[in-house]
Amino acid sequence: MSTLAVQDHSVSHDHDQEHHHHETFLTKYVFSQDHKMIGKQFLITGITMAVIAMLLSILFRIQLAYPDKSFPLLSTLLGRFAPNGRLDPEFYLSLVTIHGTIMVFFVLTAGLSGTFSNLLIPLQVGARDMASPFVNMLSYWFFFIASIIMLSSFFIQKGPAGPGWTIYPPLSALPKAMKGSELGMTLWLASMVLFVASSLMGGINYVSTVLNMRTKGMDLWKMPLTVWAFFLTAILGILSFPVLVAGVVLLIFDRSFGTSFYLSDIVLNGKLLPYSGGSPILFQHLFWFLGHPEVYIVIMPAMGISSEVISVNSRKPIFGYHAMVYSLIGISTLSFIVWGHHMFVTGMNPFLGGVFMITTLIIAVPSAVKTFNWLATIWRGNIKFTPAMLFAIGLVSFFISGGVTGIFLGNAALDIPLHDTYFVVAHFHLVMGSAAIFGMLAGVYHWFPKLFAGRLMDEKLGYLHFWATFVCAYLVFFPMHFMGLDGVPRRYYAMTEFPAFNHWLSVNTFITWAAIVAALAQVAFLYNFFHSIFFGKKATQNPWNANTLEWTAPIEHIHGNWPGEIPTVYRWAYDYSKPGAEEDFIPQTVPLSQTMSSNQEHDFEDNPAGLEQFNEWVKVNRPNEEVK
Amino acid sequence: MAQIQQENDRLNLAPKKFVLWLFVFASFMIFAALTSGFMVYAGGKGHGLNVQLPDAFIYSTTAIVLSSLTLFLASRAAKRLEFAKQRLFLWLTMLLGFTFFAIQIYAWYILTNKMGIYFVNPNASRSFLYVFTGLHLVHIFAGVIFLIVALIGSYRNKPQVINLYHMDLAAIFWHFVDIIWIYLYVFLLLNQN
Repeated sequence: MSTLAVQDHSVSHDHDQEHHHHETFLTKYVFSQDHKMIGKQFLITGITMAVIAMLLSILFRIQLAYPDKSFPLLSTLLGRFAPNGRLDPEFYLSLVTIHGTIMVFFVLTAGLSGTFSNLLIPLQVGARDMASPFVNMLSYWFFFIASIIMLSSFFIQKGPAGPGWTIYPPLSALPKAMKGSELGMTLWLASMVLFVASSLMGGINYVSTVLNMRTKGMDLWKMPLTVWAFFLTAILGILSFPVLVAGVVLLIFDRSFGTSFYLSDIVLNGKLLPYSGGSPILFQHLFWFLGHPEVYIVIMPAMGISSEVISVNSRKPIFGYHAMVYSLIGISTLSFIVWGHHMFVTGMNPFLGGVFMITTLIIAVPSAVKTFNWLATIWRGNIKFTPAMLFAIGLVSFFISGGVTGIFLGNAALDIPLHDTYFVVAHFHLVMGSAAIFGMLAGVYHWFPKLFAGRLMDEKLGYLHFWATFVCAYLVFFPMHFMGLDGVPRRYYAMTEFPAFNHWLSVNTFITWAAIVAALAQVAFLYNFFHSIFFGKKATQNPWNANTLEWTAPIEHIHGNWPGEIPTVYRWAYDYSKPGAEEDFIPQTVPLSQTMSSNQEHDFEDNPAGLEQFNEWVKVNRPNEEVK
Repeated sequence: MAQIQQENDRLNLAPKKFVLWLFVFASFMIFAALTSGFMVYAGGKGHGLNVQLPDAFIYSTTAIVLSSLTLFLASRAAKRLEFAKQRLFLWLTMLLGFTFFAIQIYAWYILTNKMGIYFVNPNASRSFLYVFTGLHLVHIFAGVIFLIVALIGSYRNKPQVINLYHMDLAAIFWHFVDIIWIYLYVFLLLNQN
């Protein structure tokens, strides 16, 4: 009876809502508080930032490939940043810095978590919206303003920040140190403060939504791995971003107020500066306490997305669901006690280095658990090679080949010669750069129908995009390992001018051309993406025959996600190809009582009444089978 | 039943309260980072604080502990529907909050003018003293905003659910700010030599 009453109310309630919501353009598309729209805003801003960061990388790749050549076009495009058709050396540093900052923070943190946590958390746990839609909206707009400020630094006299995305002092603390330490650095700091605020507002919302607003029946162990990944990512952000704020606050005091937290005994332009007693290593501690969890903030949502996409497209339950969750928890926990492996060459006590080395290498265990589980999920699956699936497999590939070199770099003894060489560049571009980007793209292809009211992206262009990007990413980053082993340092404007390294020029040229082809391949994606928003093929409500809740919501976006009552969840998200079932998927909303032929005994672990019913059914329908 | 369900949908306040708890955790991490930074700095460089903390900090600590007490009384009054009492104690809490603020500023005055310990200091341990107290005052400021919101709600005769919600938010944040100060003060006392 009460169920009836509830349903009754829900209908009238929605009716009510329709009357109340007179949405204007401004409230619907701009200052939207709807999680689906905010997700789209994050995605499109993220893609824009990614394109910009990619173009920046092409610019500095051209410099690396042709250090002696003059390109008049560059002068036309960049003006004083490229006098006589060659990049200004200090502008080269700015390009590297802003490329790193945008990719790590604006694309792979905000663009990835912002898009998919916003879109999928409420839809997959069964909530009408986020815990606080207003804070969620603020989160996007803080991010937007942060992006504008970051990009605005290209339009000032001295150019953008140049001390690298890690902004180590003293370079970042002394405005007079170089061009990139002046106003550009100030803008960088201002932008990042807003970015952290945005990230915290988003993360706090995600955690609160996952813990408080799950629908009936959705206990934590029934959540899809995507939600687990977003949830743990958000917790990492909440715990680590404030530490960056603390570090940056002290840096601002050093820059602008004359304190000596990070500075000591510095001679600049032949003049001894008044700072004394500070410790630049202190900044590194504070930075990497964020910085290391940050790389997991980047990769974990991509892992969650891949787990889901791989399971759906292999038509098999994810292999080792619990192990997948525990390995995510393990990675999250370990991420806070490994930051010292970025600082092996700071004169750290070798014993402490040993401790950080051990904790770092332990991360290989949960990472390997995840990798093997993905492979075991694909193993003998009924694989559907959709573009999303290809990108998810691509993530696994990059995660393996980039992860292996992590074991090299995690060893203090090996890190000392490899530190700050191209080996490091190769390592992190594969393991967190390419892998996370591929996870994000897998998500875009897979959930495009959820993002843009039932449209699909074109498959053919998707395949083209995948293969070109996949091959080129390896062509770009694989040779860098060898450069690094040879000792080629990163962040050098013209390292091939040194006699020791000039034999790498041809490799550099090769890498640059591979990068250019990879960049061109993204045109296929961009065209596909924007064209499909308006003209994409219409999809059915559940185009991939997936189990999760978001595919039970209507194709047309409505405020509150489901008309009437929110669906109840009866099972985990991975009942694919269950023996005895009529179809090869059973959505989470189907009760066990409707799938008697496919039920297993372990489906009734904490449900003795259900087990009894099931046993009765087995006795009647399968008299030959013995039930224990 | 249906009525209750509808109310729950519209006024789902528990997740919002949880949002504040998470924010409190995030804030705590800032102070944890700063105090850890202090330890790394002071331990690594042999630069101790070496400052006899002014007595003003004892007075400010008393003020903020008292303010937690009055806020507790305000919450209790709100739960018992004694709104006049609730407002009185909220005003008291705010007053004590401002007193704390004033004493902290006074402590800075003592530190700089009487003791010659400045923010810009070759011994950054001493700069940390100002960073701790200053960042804490920023949180006091935010706490006062929560108190004001609760107070306004109380004068406007908001529904009791909302009134209690505002009180809860104010209480979570204000007690947190109080506890953080005690943490910082004890930390400074332990490290003053």
